Amino acid sequence: MEPFKKTTSIVTPLDKVNVDTDQIVPKQFLKLVQKSGFGKFLFFNWRYDENEHPKSDFVLNDSKYDNSKILVAGDNFGCGSSREHAVWALQDYGFSVIIAPSFADIFFSNCFKNGILPISLDQSIVEKLQQESEPIEVDLENQIIKTSSDEIPFEIDSHKKKILLEGLDDIAQTYQFEDKISEFEKQSTVPSVL
Amino acid sequence: MGKTLFEKIWDAHVVVGKESGPSLIYIDRHLVHEVTSPQAFDGLRMNNRKVRRPDLTIATMDHNVPTTDRGLPILDQTSSIQIQTLEKNCQDFGIKLFDINSPNQGIVHVIGPQLGITLPGSTIVCGDSHTSTHGAFGALAFGIGTSEVEHVLASQTLWLEKPKPFEIRVEGKRKNPHAVTAKDIVLSIIKNIGTGGGTGTVIEYRGEGIEDLSMEQRMTVCNMSIEAGARAGLIAPDEKTYEYLRGRQYTPKNYESLVEYWQDNLKSDDDAKFEKQFTLHIDDIAPQVSWGTNPGMTCDVTETVPTPDEFSKGDSNQKKGAEKALDYMDLKPGTPIEEIKIDRVFIGSCTNARLEDLIEASKIIKRQKVSPEVRAMVVPGSQMVKKQAEEMGLDKIFINANFEWREAGCSMCLGMNPDILSPGERCASTSNRNFEGRQGTGGRTHLVSPVMAAAAAINGHFVDVRTMDLS
Repeated sequence: MEPFKKTTSIVTPLDKVNVDTDQIVPKQFLKLVQKSGFGKFLFFNWRYDENEHPKSDFVLNDSKYDNSKILVAGDNFGCGSSREHAVWALQDYGFSVIIAPSFADIFFSNCFKNGILPISLDQSIVEKLQQESEPIEVDLENQIIKTSSDEIPFEIDSHKKKILLEGLDDIAQTYQFEDKISEFEKQSTVPSVL
Repeated sequence: MGKTLFEKIWDAHVVVGKESGPSLIYIDRHLVHEVTSPQAFDGLRMNNRKVRRPDLTIATMDHNVPTTDRGLPILDQTSSIQIQTLEKNCQDFGIKLFDINSPNQGIVHVIGPQLGITLPGSTIVCGDSHTSTHGAFGALAFGIGTSEVEHVLASQTLWLEKPKPFEIRVEGKRKNPHAVTAKDIVLSIIKNIGTGGGTGTVIEYRGEGIEDLSMEQRMTVCNMSIEAGARAGLIAPDEKTYEYLRGRQYTPKNYESLVEYWQDNLKSDDDAKFEKQFTLHIDDIAPQVSWGTNPGMTCDVTETVPTPDEFSKGDSNQKKGAEKALDYMDLKPGTPIEEIKIDRVFIGSCTNARLEDLIEASKIIKRQKVSPEVRAMVVPGSQMVKKQAEEMGLDKIFINANFEWREAGCSMCLGMNPDILSPGERCASTSNRNFEGRQGTGGRTHLVSPVMAAAAAINGHFVDVRTMDLS
């Protein structure tokens, strides 16, 4: 996984609450057996009309946001299905930071497996960021967001921070505890399935 | 201080515990399906890793399988590749697979309990958010993403932040338990606490209203914990739980000694502390119908579609969400729910496609026909449910009423196979999500119980099943 340290870009405001993973990637695109290439399906039903022409009123179709790496959305972002395809689509499209008042649990943990930084901030701050027209800087090392007028600190669990900063392979980390896993298995009373 | 049931299961599975941050948790059962696993197996191959415990891993194909004749080839090329990929992955990594022709094939959350793979006190994961279903057996069961699927395949463990225990008490007795069902209980809960109400928690459902439920009904409740935002939902096991699992195909040989242990250990202590609490009184609840585009947008069948102001209670974001939902659903506030006409009916999904669901729905039909305006479909949750239903003659009741009687799979719950709504079609569905486009781009979903769905199929619009004879 690519390490994430810092990013600067304008924000893409997505003024919606309860954005579910069915909207982030509709189910007809879940049949691929690889991780790449999902960006073109991101928010597909909001982005395109029935003839697959871009809908002019959807934010991603405004060329001003073409190079944005930071999505700022409403409460309970990423709810619904566990599909990691949602995160692959956001990442493949070019987003590396998602800011919202809150995130659904599975989506939140999927982000960290793919080098995306999800940041929860108070509703009022999120609303202010959605109005921000100048680029903002998100600095993970120092846990701070710098806007043209403000410095906004954010919280992140230290373990998750380390994973993003160093781009760590989760499984290799876990293998360091091989002896503990084996020890656990020896005393486990749960029988095999077969 | 005492512990909650969730905390007891958690503590019994900590491999590496830390003062703060995530703990490494051991996983007892890993269920795998075709849609969220191919990239995980690929990751193993790329890093030359093996599946650590194939004996704790079970696979089936359910999400994109056609529900028509199993003898026919799968026409959709990409679905076919995904299914073949799972076959190859299971073969290469030594995993037991219930494939499309297996009598044990079915929706992963239906077959787990049915085969005795789901066990009380165990940790169960699957790359599917409705894994919470297995919590009905007093298991800690939750959905994970594909990276986590890979992690569990490789290490049989997961790094997890400990969720907070949330007590939901369901008190009282339903006056007509055939008309007001487990689905109505869980929809009422979500309507009250909201779709984010359970975020960061594991719900324990307790109280008389839960104890009264059968195992299959408890599964319906736990299934929709994710729709309340919770990571998992569980119910302390009791004699009904132990009896349900007794003698099934994969029930462990030492089952009775396990039961003795569970009886002593698997319940929340009297002085256990829950971080959050909610109580639902069910004496007077009505059948529920969702009107919007998330499961919290739900009301009684006797009510009218609310105005955005009534729904949002002053929250401007919720109000915007409701306006957008009404627009998508093409509904006007003030419309009586019973006057909403439907085009399609779907009885199926991991929420409501078990034998009891089909029995209850069949009682509504009684030699009547599906409304000529409606196309209705029954998709049993597993091939075993289908076979049992056919042995009881339920297939004939549905077919004679002009329902389509299908093979098992997730089907129109998420529309990954050919079973989808056309744009603008309105469906009474026993599934779990009414998101925009969930059942087909432009399709409109109303979540209801199996009896409500069957009654809507016959009448062409929603009706209050409490007014019908359900004996």
